[in-house]
Amino acid sequence: MTMQPILEINNLHAGVENKQILKGFSLTVYPGEVHALMGLNGSGKSTLAAILAGREGYAVTEGTVKYRGQDLLALDPEERARAGLFLAFQYPVEIPGVNSTYFLRAAYNEIRKARGLPEVDAMDFLALVKTKMKLLELKEDLLKRSVNEGFSGGEKKRAEIFQMAVLEPKLAILDETDSGLDIDALKVVAGGVNKLKRPDAAQLIITHYQRLLNYIIPDQVHIMADGCIVRSGGKDLALELESKGYEAIVRNQLVAA
Amino acid sequence: MSTATETIEGLVKQEYKYGFYTEVETDSAPPGLSEEIIRFISAKKNEPAWMTEWRLKAYRHWLTMTEPTWQFVKFPTPDFQDITYYSAPKQKKDAPKSLDEVDPKLLETYEKLGIPLRERERLAGVAVDAVFDSVSVGTTYQKQLAEKGILFCSMSEAIQKHPALVQQYLGSVVPYTDNFYASLNSAVFTDGSFCYIPKGVRCPMELSTYFRINAAKSGQFERTLIIADDGGQVSYLEGCTAPMRDENQLHAAVVELVALDNAQIKYSTVQNWYPGDEHGVGGIYNFVTKRGLCKGRNSRITWTQVETGSAITWKYPSCVLLGENSKGEFYSVAVTNNCQQADTGTKMIHIGKNTRSTIVSKGISAGRSQNSYRGLVKIQKSAAHARNFSQCDSMLIGSKCGAHTFPYIEVKNATASVEHEATTSKIGEDQIFYCNQRGIQTQDAVNMIVNGFCKEVFKELPMEFAVEAQKLLGVSLEGSVG
Ligand SMILES: Nc1ncnc2c1ncn2[C@@H]1O[C@H](COP(=O)(O)OP(=O)(O)OP(=O)(O)O)[C@@H](O)[C@H]1O
Ligand SMILES: [Mg+2]
Repeated sequence: MTMQPILEINNLHAGVENKQILKGFSLTVYPGEVHALMGLNGSGKSTLAAILAGREGYAVTEGTVKYRGQDLLALDPEERARAGLFLAFQYPVEIPGVNSTYFLRAAYNEIRKARGLPEVDAMDFLALVKTKMKLLELKEDLLKRSVNEGFSGGEKKRAEIFQMAVLEPKLAILDETDSGLDIDALKVVAGGVNKLKRPDAAQLIITHYQRLLNYIIPDQVHIMADGCIVRSGGKDLALELESKGYEAIVRNQLVAA
Repeated sequence: MSTATETIEGLVKQEYKYGFYTEVETDSAPPGLSEEIIRFISAKKNEPAWMTEWRLKAYRHWLTMTEPTWQFVKFPTPDFQDITYYSAPKQKKDAPKSLDEVDPKLLETYEKLGIPLRERERLAGVAVDAVFDSVSVGTTYQKQLAEKGILFCSMSEAIQKHPALVQQYLGSVVPYTDNFYASLNSAVFTDGSFCYIPKGVRCPMELSTYFRINAAKSGQFERTLIIADDGGQVSYLEGCTAPMRDENQLHAAVVELVALDNAQIKYSTVQNWYPGDEHGVGGIYNFVTKRGLCKGRNSRITWTQVETGSAITWKYPSCVLLGENSKGEFYSVAVTNNCQQADTGTKMIHIGKNTRSTIVSKGISAGRSQNSYRGLVKIQKSAAHARNFSQCDSMLIGSKCGAHTFPYIEVKNATASVEHEATTSKIGEDQIFYCNQRGIQTQDAVNMIVNGFCKEVFKELPMEFAVEAQKLLGVSLEGSVG
């Protein structure tokens, strides 16, 4: 029996007005897998994440994206989220005056409604939040504050992973969640991500640093340059990248091609 | 797609759901303004001579005044001779003895507006005085309130039954010479609500007036007077709607509050007059003078307003802080969309020692609207150790609207402290996308962001009202973001 991929990106070409950013990007992710996506600054990693999440302003000119068998690009961003796609933002946004717990419950209930489940009231939700909070060693006080408002860089990243823990996505895309974290926070976040690993869910982890991959063991590592994947391999590829640098790997690849 | 592809204008399609008109026979004065009309109104209401005289003094003074032009709003001068100053639904008998005798059509109107007046269906815990065009059609819970000595009735009734109180306090906070529209109101006001809380009594329920403009070409000039005697406490709510019409209608009310020693008055408004259509045609001109006098020591007056309606809103609920240690507060949310204009704010006049005031103003502009905050904090020489804190925040939705802040500060006592903070923000696409990515659709995201922005004001509203206000805000901004 062949398993249905969670995500199937095929020859994706996309960009903004007058600028092609993704140039034939392909990637297939199966349930239970963790993929790491690495690559130089400006190679198009965040763009890919934004297009997958449905951000405005990008034009797809060629290729397809299938999410659990359906055409992802045809869905509104909120529909994608309700279908289990989660993006941990590289730069999480502040929403002053909107309580974090209230916000998260609204999100949680949207997902439940989409699945035909009854909404959860404030009391029950609080109980759920408490159990998830332990998982990430998150300070309770953060959830009493407005969404991301005045959070430190590290706190924002932790809060993103916390939201992911509560929303239990089918596909989580983590855009440089490790950047800006001190080593202790990195371990906590990585530990949280590992605990959230499920056989029916997958993770796509965008990172610049091999050190994250000491804590999160990826099934596959992909290296991206100029809008497409130039090399894929196992976790050792990240180590090779660390010792040789992008230059060598990308050049080798281009020469080989 | 429900996200930012569609243009803002294309989506501004809010429906004003209170825009219906009630077919009732009316008893009206011919349009125009003259001493004769004023005598006609006064006679209609069977008023004592002192009242008629006061109106005429106000009218004569008004004739010497010119319209103010300093406000940051644009509109053609109303033709004061084209307005009907008195319009009342015809009653079968002279006056209904109880609410159940009121014309069923009127009761139905209020039901449609969500304000049932009939004995059985009344709102629990809220006593309502319902004003229809120029007159009060009835007041609920009067008997229960009377048991506590609280007087709550229409202004017309108060003039007949409690003339001493009316004579003592009417015009004591907003004199008939105060300003152009207040003078006009003093001359032609037709009804409104009157409330007196006796010494040491805490009003056991919310008091409320619901204003409804129905007749075409009529102005509404109501007058409200609330007095809280020593240690008295009251919370008062005001709500308003009007039918959708292409011509503009004038609403020029006066509200006076008097708080004696240790008394507290909380006055909350949810203003939802017809704002005109998306091209700026029609809508209510809401030019209102609201002022509270903290006359006694330790007295406190709180104005909370949520302004979402009217073509033009122009009002400055103010506090005169005369009593030592008295406190004035102003919490405001003003939302403008389409072509609406709002110039609103407050005045805090500190006269007594140790007086304190707090101003929190949240302006939200969408569409092509203009939203201005105008506030005066005046500390007089006598106001030693007076303190003020003001915070004025503006939020812009889209790029064609405007937000403006005009704070005026006058300090004549060196021991006083005055703090002013102001911010302007924009609802960002980033914020909306962030919400979308968590499964929350754009309209809900805007509501959430705007409600977060207004939180400090909403928490000052009575509970049921706060929920209403949040919903109203949602309706007012519907479609303001693509
Ligand atoms: N809206 C836009 N308008 C113009 N150029 C854009 C836009 N969005 C992305 N780009 C460009 O596309 C390229 C890819 O950007 P992207 O943010 O996807 O890179 P990245 O791989 O995430 O880089 P980093 O590692 O620095 O986060 C960059 O050159 C960037 O400047
Ligand atoms: Mg990036």
